[in-house]
Amino acid sequence: MKKNSILTRHNTTGWLFASPGFGLMLLFIVIPFILAIAFSLTNQRLMSPNAAEFVGLENYTNMLDVGILVVDPEIDASGNILVDKNGDNKYPRLRKFTRNNPDYPNVQGMKEWFSFSWGEQKVAIMASDLVFMKALVNTLTFVAFVAPIQGALALILALLINQPLRGIQIFRSIYFMPVVVSIVVVSLLWRFIYDGQNGLLNSVLNTLTFGHFKAVDWLGNQDTALGSIMAMSIWQAVGFHMIIWLSGLQTISPTLYEAAKIEGASPWQTFRYVTWPGLRNTAVLVVIVITMQAFSLFAQIDVMTSGGPLDSTQTIVYQAVERGYGKQDISGGSAMSVVLFLLVLSISLLQRYLTREKN
Amino acid sequence: MFQLDTDNPTLRLIVRYMVLTLIALIFVTPILFMMMSSLKPDQQLLADTSSIKAFLPIGDISFDNYKAAFERAPIGMFMLNSLLVTGVTVVLGLLVCSMAGFSFVFLNWRGKSIAFSIILATLIVPFETIAIPMLLMVSKLPWLGLDGFSWGWLNSYRVQIIPFIADGLTIFLFAQYFKDLPKELIEASRIEGCSWWQVYWRVVMPLSGPIIATAAILKFLAMYNQYLWPIMVTQQEQYRPVLVGLQYFFQLNTAWGEVMAYLTIITVPVLAFYLALQRAFIASIASTGVKG
Repeated sequence: MKKNSILTRHNTTGWLFASPGFGLMLLFIVIPFILAIAFSLTNQRLMSPNAAEFVGLENYTNMLDVGILVVDPEIDASGNILVDKNGDNKYPRLRKFTRNNPDYPNVQGMKEWFSFSWGEQKVAIMASDLVFMKALVNTLTFVAFVAPIQGALALILALLINQPLRGIQIFRSIYFMPVVVSIVVVSLLWRFIYDGQNGLLNSVLNTLTFGHFKAVDWLGNQDTALGSIMAMSIWQAVGFHMIIWLSGLQTISPTLYEAAKIEGASPWQTFRYVTWPGLRNTAVLVVIVITMQAFSLFAQIDVMTSGGPLDSTQTIVYQAVERGYGKQDISGGSAMSVVLFLLVLSISLLQRYLTREKN
Repeated sequence: MFQLDTDNPTLRLIVRYMVLTLIALIFVTPILFMMMSSLKPDQQLLADTSSIKAFLPIGDISFDNYKAAFERAPIGMFMLNSLLVTGVTVVLGLLVCSMAGFSFVFLNWRGKSIAFSIILATLIVPFETIAIPMLLMVSKLPWLGLDGFSWGWLNSYRVQIIPFIADGLTIFLFAQYFKDLPKELIEASRIEGCSWWQVYWRVVMPLSGPIIATAAILKFLAMYNQYLWPIMVTQQEQYRPVLVGLQYFFQLNTAWGEVMAYLTIITVPVLAFYLALQRAFIASIASTGVKG
């Protein structure tokens, strides 16, 4: 017997109701997703008189290929190692190996990503798409910092505004306010706040330290640019996750808190043994949502730095757009999009695995 | 939770409020600075950053920056474009997504569970990963308009609206809400001879005020704040939304007063909307958290 009498078959009506929404999702999410994979295996361009050709994994190898080059130091006629003014060994220029050198086919056309010394030799890690490699590392760095910090700060804010205080809703509303302001507006506003000469942040720090603070060009310096964008992104979005934590907090039964109080638990013990276990599902959700948002980093970069200085703020999405839209190389941009999706997917699977219910 | 070393309850209360207020300042001052600066000439704006004056409407206050911003860029047109695209997408999206949610919960049809799994799966596909192939796709899509048949959707309103009408989260939120409605009610209306459309339109939707508000707010925020897609598909300024219009103000010698004025123009409608409907806004965000 059917559980519910209304749940007999209604194929036509069911499809009629579902098809506008489901059809649009197939057309504008599922098909583009399949196209991303398909295009990434071709040399498809945005506008081209020639039909696209299948190129296999060429886009991926062009993007992700890395090679290792071990270079011996230069020696003079008598076999001594040449040293430069600082006393470091002198090495031949890597260009000699990467340009038209048939002896080193594996690093043709590559550029130096980073290098370290190994005994007398220098080991250089070479990448065929240096900018993409930087974008990949920057994006992963951004996620690695933003996801835990933003998640934790949001939880602290949620605990703060979960106190039974008069007027607490006012604070909740204020903490949430930046969320409704567009990230594009926020980015342009913070470009002024971070400005090296007249920026608000430098002025404030200068005033607070009675003139001892040396002005920093936050976005113009490759050591601070990505960190500055992280701080701003957290400032803008933390209120969103605060609300999600808060709704999780409010599902925890007050009787548990009362029991903890009667048992004489300290505030930390109450948090550790009552609050935190009750937030497990919320925690998975918050971390996955922040991670997905962080991987998609684009607007901040486009408005604030255009990937600079010296590619220190390049990201995968920014590169994908520059490739796919700027250079009209749909296939290259699609390949980057697929890499991004695989990253998002593997990280959300990993998070689900790590935070799974332990029996 | 936040233990202090004192037993004096008044002092503890004061400290708590001070902490809350200090944090509030972190969130509020940049926005306040933006609004106040939009009223000041550039020279004063720059000079004020070194003191508390940066956050106060004092000195040479005027709406000159607004006048200049409107002269520099067709802001009114951008604003109308944004409101049109956002409004149409939200209304059509609510209709289409609630119908799909209705179908998933109350109707039984072949392929339903596969379709629902696909919808859930789209939740982990960030838009950024499909934007590039979709750019090529929309550039080749056909269209039958008032002026006849044509190819290509670039530089239009439809390219900003149609791809975003249906989304997995909205369908999911409606389905979650519909699940908790009393099934007997639907059965009763069917027995009384209502068609399925009548059940949807006359019975279910009138009971769904809270979820409609939630979905509308989430969709409104997402649409009004669209950036990546419109910069790729609106090369002609005629169709550009407000955020893309900001590029008029990107030059090196930035006129910061004008920038602040434009940023304020973009922000004030949303902020006003938010402050008027705070509870609904916060409830809508909270409801995205119960899906876990």
